[in-house]
Amino acid sequence: MFDFCIDPQNLDGFYWWSCYLTTGKHISFYTSFFVVFALLIVTVPLILLFGFLGAIARQSRIYPIRIFGITYTSVVRGVPDIIFFLFVPIALDQGIEYLRHKFKCSEWVEPIRQGNDFVVCQIAKMPMGSSDQWIHDTYGFFLAALAFSIVFGAFAANTIHGAINAVPPAQIETGVAYGMTRKQIFIRIQLPQMWAYALPGLSNLWMILIKATPLLFLLGVQDIVYWARELGGTKTARFTYPHSDWRLGYFIVLLVFYLFLSWVSEIFFNKLTLKVSKGQATLNGTVGGTIDYISVSDDEVRNS
Amino acid sequence: MQILNVVENFWRVHYSQNKEKIMTLTKLITGAALIASFASSAFADGHTIRMGTEGAYPPYNFVNDSGEVDGFEREVGDELCKRANLTCTWVVNDWDSIIPNLVSSNYDTIIAGMSITAERDEVIDFTAEYFPADPSTYVALSGASDDVTGGIVAAQTSTIQAAYVADSGATVVEFATPEETVAAVRNGEADAVLADAAYLSDIVKASNGELSVVGKPVAIGGGIGMGIRESDGDLKATMNTAIASMKADGSLAKLIAKWFDGRSVEY
Repeated sequence: MFDFCIDPQNLDGFYWWSCYLTTGKHISFYTSFFVVFALLIVTVPLILLFGFLGAIARQSRIYPIRIFGITYTSVVRGVPDIIFFLFVPIALDQGIEYLRHKFKCSEWVEPIRQGNDFVVCQIAKMPMGSSDQWIHDTYGFFLAALAFSIVFGAFAANTIHGAINAVPPAQIETGVAYGMTRKQIFIRIQLPQMWAYALPGLSNLWMILIKATPLLFLLGVQDIVYWARELGGTKTARFTYPHSDWRLGYFIVLLVFYLFLSWVSEIFFNKLTLKVSKGQATLNGTVGGTIDYISVSDDEVRNS
Repeated sequence: MQILNVVENFWRVHYSQNKEKIMTLTKLITGAALIASFASSAFADGHTIRMGTEGAYPPYNFVNDSGEVDGFEREVGDELCKRANLTCTWVVNDWDSIIPNLVSSNYDTIIAGMSITAERDEVIDFTAEYFPADPSTYVALSGASDDVTGGIVAAQTSTIQAAYVADSGATVVEFATPEETVAAVRNGEADAVLADAAYLSDIVKASNGELSVVGKPVAIGGGIGMGIRESDGDLKATMNTAIASMKADGSLAKLIAKWFDGRSVEY
C-alpha cells in the first residue's frame, strides 16, 4: 500500500502496523462490512413483502390461500434456521440449473443425477463456469439473501398478522357503519394503525436479523466473520506479516461493530415508535410511548 | 382475496393494453438469452476449470496477505492447467463442505491437500497423486510426555487424522479448521493435535518453543491427489497426463523441494 511497505521484515511499530492493516486481505475485510449492510438493505424489503403476503394469506377468505399462509408461517418458523439456510440456497441453485438444462440442452442424453454427481451442461450453469469470481459471489449472496428473507418473512408475517388483529374492533365497526368495503377498511383503518402494534415485534426481528448475519459465512459468503477468522489465525513465516493467534482481537472488533449497530437501531426504533403511535388510541390514552401494547406484542413474538 | 383480485385485474388490463410491447420485450429477452448462450458455447471448448481449495492449510494452500490463494498447490495447479491448456480460476471453500460442493458442480476439482482414501473414493474420483504419502505427527505443549497421544487429541473434521485418532482408542475432538485444532492444544482443551507433518512443523517453528512434536510419526493415508467428480472422466484423464508430465521432467519434485523445506521425492 505505502512505499515503505516493500520489505515488511525490517519494519516495526507504527510502520509495521500501517502496512499490516492495509494489506489486500485487510481491504477485503473492510469491504466485507458492506456485505453485511448490503444483506440488511436487500433483505429488509423482501422480509416486509413476505411478511405482508404471509399475513394477508393467513386471513384470506379463500381456503387454499389461508392454508398456504398458515403452512408457510408455521413450517418455516418451526424448522431450525441452519437447516433452512443450508437447504434453500442449494435447492434453489440446483432447481434453477435443472430448469436451464431442460430448456437449453434438450438434446443432452446423459442423466443429470449420476450417482452422487449433479451434472448439467456447461451453458446451463448458473452462473457460467467462465464467469468472473465476483459474479459467482454475487449470485451466492442473492441466494443467501433470499433464504434469509423467506425465514425472517415468516416471523414478520406472524407479527404483522397479530398487529392487524390488534387494531381495536370498535374502529372496524365504525368503518362498517360508514359503509366501507372490506378492502377500504383494510387500507384506511387497519393498515395505517397496525404499525404501532407491529413495530415492537419488527424491531425485535431486526435485532435478530443483525446478529444472524454471520450465518452468511455458513453459506460460503465471505463476510466479516470469515475474514476475521482468516486474518486472526496464526501466520507462520510463510506469510509476509507473521503473527500469533490474533483471533480474539479481530472478534472483539466484530463485537464492537455489532453492539454499535444494535445501539443505533435501538435509538432509531424508539424514535419511530413514538412517531407511529402519535395520536393513536392506545390502552393508556392517546399519547405514544412505552405503553402496555408493547409488552403484548413482545409476548406475541416470544411465543411465536 | 381482494388484493389478489386487484393485482389480477390490473395485470389483465395492463396486458391487453400493452400486448404488443410485452411480446416484443419477450422476444428481445429470448434473443438476448440465445445470443448469450451462443457466446458462451463458443468458449465451451476451453471452458474455465474452477479449482476448489480450502485456503487454510499452509504450506499446501493458504490465502496470502494480498488475499489470493497461494502455496504449493497453487503453483502445482497453475502449472497443470498450463500444461493441459485449460483456463483455471481458484475458489476457496470450507473443508467441511468441500466434497458436497464438488459433486453439485460448484467447482470442478478439489486441490486441497486431500489424501486419497477408499472412503472418499466412493464419492469422488482422484487423479494420480501429486504429493507422496506424508506421515502425520502429534504436537503438544512442550514438556508433555508421549502418553498424550492416547489422551484427548484434536483433529480436523472429516480428515484421515480424525478417523485414525478415533480408531486408536484416544478421545478425538474435531474442529472445522486446522487453526482451531492447534488453538485447542494451546488453551488446554486437547492434550495433543494430529495433522500432516508439513503443516505442523511450521506451527512448531513459529511457536518459539511453546509447542513440540511428541510421540512417533504415524503413516496414514495414501498420497495426495486431486479430487474430481466421478462423472468427469475427461478432466481426470487430462489432469493425469499433466501430472505425469510434471513428474517426468522433475518440475513437480522441484516445487515440492521449494515448499517443503528441500524435501526430496522420487518422481
